[in-house]
Amino acid sequence: MNLDLNKKKLSEINQLLQNVGREKNNRRFQILNPQGQHAICAGLKDDIEVSIKGHTGYYCAGMNKNASITVHGNVGTGVAENMMSGKVIIKGNASQSAGATGHGGSLIIEGDASSRCGISMKGINIIVKGSVGHMSAFMAQKGNLIILGDADADLGDSIYEAKIFVKGKVKSLGSDCIEKQMDDKNIKELNKIFKDLNISEDAKKFKRYGSARNLYNFKIDNVSSY
Amino acid sequence: MCGIVGIYLKTKKYEKDLGKFLSGMLDGMATRGPDSAGFAIYTKQNKNKFKYSICLNQLTDKEFKKKISKFLKKITLKTFSDHVILETEEKPKKVLEILDTKLKEVSLVGYGKSINIFKQTGNPKDVVRKFKLSSFSGTHAIGHTRMATESAITTQGSHPYSTSEDECLVHNGSLSNHNNIRRSLKKEGQKFNSENDTEVAAGYISNQISKGENLEETLKNSLKDLDGFYTFIAGTKDGFALLRDEIACKPAVVAETKDYVAVASEFQCMAHLPNVNTAKIFEPKPGIVYHW
Repeated sequence: MNLDLNKKKLSEINQLLQNVGREKNNRRFQILNPQGQHAICAGLKDDIEVSIKGHTGYYCAGMNKNASITVHGNVGTGVAENMMSGKVIIKGNASQSAGATGHGGSLIIEGDASSRCGISMKGINIIVKGSVGHMSAFMAQKGNLIILGDADADLGDSIYEAKIFVKGKVKSLGSDCIEKQMDDKNIKELNKIFKDLNISEDAKKFKRYGSARNLYNFKIDNVSSY
Repeated sequence: MCGIVGIYLKTKKYEKDLGKFLSGMLDGMATRGPDSAGFAIYTKQNKNKFKYSICLNQLTDKEFKKKISKFLKKITLKTFSDHVILETEEKPKKVLEILDTKLKEVSLVGYGKSINIFKQTGNPKDVVRKFKLSSFSGTHAIGHTRMATESAITTQGSHPYSTSEDECLVHNGSLSNHNNIRRSLKKEGQKFNSENDTEVAAGYISNQISKGENLEETLKNSLKDLDGFYTFIAGTKDGFALLRDEIACKPAVVAETKDYVAVASEFQCMAHLPNVNTAKIFEPKPGIVYHW
């Protein structure tokens, strides 16, 4: 079903997509002329497929649950923010805070993501095929941020238990983020993610980064790092 | 919040449409800044003539013409709502002094050989209509929609700020050390007409350029000297430069085609530009000066 944002209001289209329900047979939708509007496909909760033909604004596919959303263009700030499950694929580039606070599901960015990608992520898998901007995975708690390109400054600043995998170069690591050993278990886990998402990559080529766990509790010796 | 926009034409193809393009962009940014709006549009230079963009405040254009004619001969005046563009061969030093001492009831918005600059309170959608922005042609233009934070909603508090010939600045963000910088710039002779932080940044740029720095170096220096959040677009007679602070909280997106480069806070206000969907679209990196 084609939904044209030149003809229909965004709120109407979002309401329709948010209330598809389980019983309907028509589960494939196409959004035309997004023209950079904000909050397109926010809060979808049913197992449907949506394809957005063009560039979107802020918070596209935010809070997604179960839906599979593909954007054939670039996305603005906070794509798939607070996503719970499902899959969001961005064919172009993403602006800052992509996948912020995401609890689950997969966010795949085929281009670059800008600063603070995966900020405060809580279980989501984010795969960036290009590079990420500064302060990515800031305060990231759980999940995997997988970067096929390079990472800009202060990667993983104040990170908790999320894992970062980088194939390219890392400009610098943030406070309390260190390189960790890539053991067999990690390789197996990462290869499984690639296999599940149909991405042909070899986990052995990646380096792993995570928390040094020095900033978990307040210590006066670390005061300059907080 | 606040919204900033800029468009630079690489070819002559869209010169007649420049005002129309910018008008649509400001319209689209009304959501980010509903309090006031302003824009600077650069047209081809007239070698001998200077243009002075003046806000008449309470005065009518006829009253202004009568008053200014006592001091300046051979002038042409074009009225756009409560603004006039005064064209004369008279050099800035003299005209600025006349406006400063004899015509205190009006305010100079900007001057130069190619800049036309307008700003006023009100919703951007109304402001662009009032100044008939769509009717303008030119080579490049920048604009601003304001959500007032640190100073009042007035014409003086609106952007762009022009503190020197053919220069102007729009800003999304806020500066925290503007009072200190204002004080030191005042000591060096820079004049300020408002309490606004952006005017200080504009004054800072003009001051450095007057000392012989180029725009790119000046903006690089501002990374050290100006404390706060910002995305700047600084216009000159030849084009404009874009800079985001190193934290880069304030957004910016660039769309480039073979005919133009457009910059804006959000993509949605560029969606009406020709061939934008096939443009090269990217987010400018923090701490790097881009110029066109």
